[in-house]
Amino acid sequence: MLRFAPALIVTLLVGPIMAGLAMAVLPAFGYLPALGGTEFSLSHWQALFAQPGLWRSVAISFASGLLTTAVSLSVVLLFLAGVSGSRLDHWIRRLVSPLLSVPHAAAAFGLAFLIAPSGLIARLASPGLTGWERPPDLLIVQDPWGIALMAGLILKEIPFLLLMSLAALPQLDPERRVAMARSLGYRPTIAWLKVVAPALYPLIRLPVYAVIAYATSVVDMALILGPTLPPTLAVSILTWFQAPDLSRRFMASAGALLQLGVTAAALASWWGLERLVACLGRGWVEGGQRHRGEWPLRTLGKGLILLTTLTAFVGIATLALHSVSGFWRFPDTLPHSFTLLHWQRTLPSLAGPVVSTLLIAGVATLLALALTLAALENEQRSGRHPNQTRLLSAMGLLYLPLIVPQIAFLFGLVVVMESLGTRPQHALVIFGHLLFVLPYVFLSLSEAYRRFDPRWSQVALSLGATPDGAFWRVRLPMLLAPLLTAMAVGLAVSIGQYLPTQLLGAGRVPTVTTEAVSLAAGGDRRLIGVWALVQASLPLVGFIIAVGLPRLLWSHRRGMRGAP
Amino acid sequence: MKNRHQLMLKDIHIALEDVTLLALDAEVNPGEVLTVMGPSGAGKSTLLAFVAGFLAPAFAASGRVLLDGRDITGLPAERRGIGLLFQDPLLFPHLSVTGNLRFGLPRATPDKAARIASALAAIGLAGFGERDPATLSGGQQSRVALMRLLLSEPRAVLLDEPFSRLDSHLRQEMRQLVFDRLREAGLPSLLVTHDHQDAAAAGGPIITLE
Repeated sequence: MLRFAPALIVTLLVGPIMAGLAMAVLPAFGYLPALGGTEFSLSHWQALFAQPGLWRSVAISFASGLLTTAVSLSVVLLFLAGVSGSRLDHWIRRLVSPLLSVPHAAAAFGLAFLIAPSGLIARLASPGLTGWERPPDLLIVQDPWGIALMAGLILKEIPFLLLMSLAALPQLDPERRVAMARSLGYRPTIAWLKVVAPALYPLIRLPVYAVIAYATSVVDMALILGPTLPPTLAVSILTWFQAPDLSRRFMASAGALLQLGVTAAALASWWGLERLVACLGRGWVEGGQRHRGEWPLRTLGKGLILLTTLTAFVGIATLALHSVSGFWRFPDTLPHSFTLLHWQRTLPSLAGPVVSTLLIAGVATLLALALTLAALENEQRSGRHPNQTRLLSAMGLLYLPLIVPQIAFLFGLVVVMESLGTRPQHALVIFGHLLFVLPYVFLSLSEAYRRFDPRWSQVALSLGATPDGAFWRVRLPMLLAPLLTAMAVGLAVSIGQYLPTQLLGAGRVPTVTTEAVSLAAGGDRRLIGVWALVQASLPLVGFIIAVGLPRLLWSHRRGMRGAP
Repeated sequence: MKNRHQLMLKDIHIALEDVTLLALDAEVNPGEVLTVMGPSGAGKSTLLAFVAGFLAPAFAASGRVLLDGRDITGLPAERRGIGLLFQDPLLFPHLSVTGNLRFGLPRATPDKAARIASALAAIGLAGFGERDPATLSGGQQSRVALMRLLLSEPRAVLLDEPFSRLDSHLRQEMRQLVFDRLREAGLPSLLVTHDHQDAAAAGGPIITLE
């Protein structure tokens, strides 16, 4: 059975994406018999290109992909370069990790509540600094250039890239590299940027590509923070797909292919930038400059990561504030009164979506975990390890669902499912979530699993335990902590999913995420506060269990403290 | 002496990518310790992995391992009846001392608790059963690891530089204990080491790999 796990995983990930893409290509060229399209034509492309503001949508999607990635990556690298082991550094690291679990939609709402014309920042500055007695008529959130959207994405991508880098760093032995460079007279931050960063980048290249793809095609954040007239390309496509006039689906399919092209163009441009930076960077690395820029670079890295992290946290706090606020006049910093009324009113309608969310996340995570464990255990038993460095390897395939834009293949997948006669229901949504949960669970667990000392299993086998016995009685309990972390990551990924839930559930499987995002248009901040806060806390519960349970279970086992 | 077992290594030949790592033909009698010496990289650990059944598929191995006349070359590791002692005691950190010894006992052993209590008493650790193995000293951990191995009733034992991580005063004591116990149990043993004192204490034949 175990032998089939890797093939099963690849089929599960690649199959639906290919089928989905195929079923986007055919309708884009007019072929979809179910909707009366039986002849190939280019008319839907003509209709697409005739849409007002299309190129602006495309430009914003493209730019936000490159800009958010460039900013997030720079902040992460500068911060890591300046890390000196001080208390502030530890504190920042501690603060950043829980941000990874905050769903994109909740982070977006938090940011919106902070920077909106009537948001917390404007209130703090008014009327003293600004003289505003009422909220100014400014388009800060949903600005036409997508700046608020990019800011929101940066808040979420920094924790992701930071944790990916921290996971990759140990294999580079950065302390020794930096010590060597310092002994040659380089200041620490410069030393890190010159001798560690160039080696680190290839190890985090796939996560970086995933960030680019995500930022060019994000839907839920763009519905909350992105421009509206016109919206980003991905949001436009969703609108066309959900239009009552079914013939618009042809144009939506053409749009999905255009989105694929935009993401591919962004990735190709980034690849070009990589070459350029590598060229220019080589001159800088080998130039012998040892001191210049040390202090500004270090301060910049620390300052920016503090700024983004605190912004995200204050945003979440603002959500909480809104959810319990009574009357709250504009320039007042705090509400006039506090009330639990919004919570009491929302509670009855919360129960259903919360149960749905947890059910979907739980099942998808358990399936992903079982498949991941089977594949990793098979790897251990057969003694064959896949090549991890090549792009087009099993590792590369794992990233496929994270690099192909969701919106490009999920429509096609819906069409496939419709033609198979599958009705939208929880099972279909779970299957959709599995596509995104599985890669993250695998990436999160594989490192610890492969590093696990093989002698533990050898001792167990030589004492007469069967391979299954060694797995259940030795490997699994000893890997409990990373196992629970991987589960928490899986739950968080599933809970935050918007598009797969919305499309594969055909809007009939409400989760906290779909409900929260659907409130964006309404603008009832107190209601949004309640829903977004619930959305943000559900994944956090998983992480608290993942950290707490091993400590509780192994409280009297000193050898189990700290990862094996 | 309890049972008498015999280990035979017949025409063992192990190669990696067409380069011969080692070739060996040997016989280990009951209670005897065969010492295999050689510099690092000579294939000592590879030989143990082959005999124990953990050889990575990248290696090409030929030859047969016979235990009490039975060919075990094709058997999976857990059915070979070959026990292992590593450099580190490798007591399972999530189990108590008793849990570790219990892990070693075959499933159908009668009166497990009494067996474990007498095993602990035999190494001067009576009453240590519920302790967390991480709170034991290095020497105590090594002794528990030895008892765990013996309780699993192996028919031969492989020793992978088992004393190299111990302090010098403990090393002498552990050598004595391990070799006495193995001899007493009538087990044929294969010791790989690069310490000549290990070889001398083992008192058996010595093979040197290049």
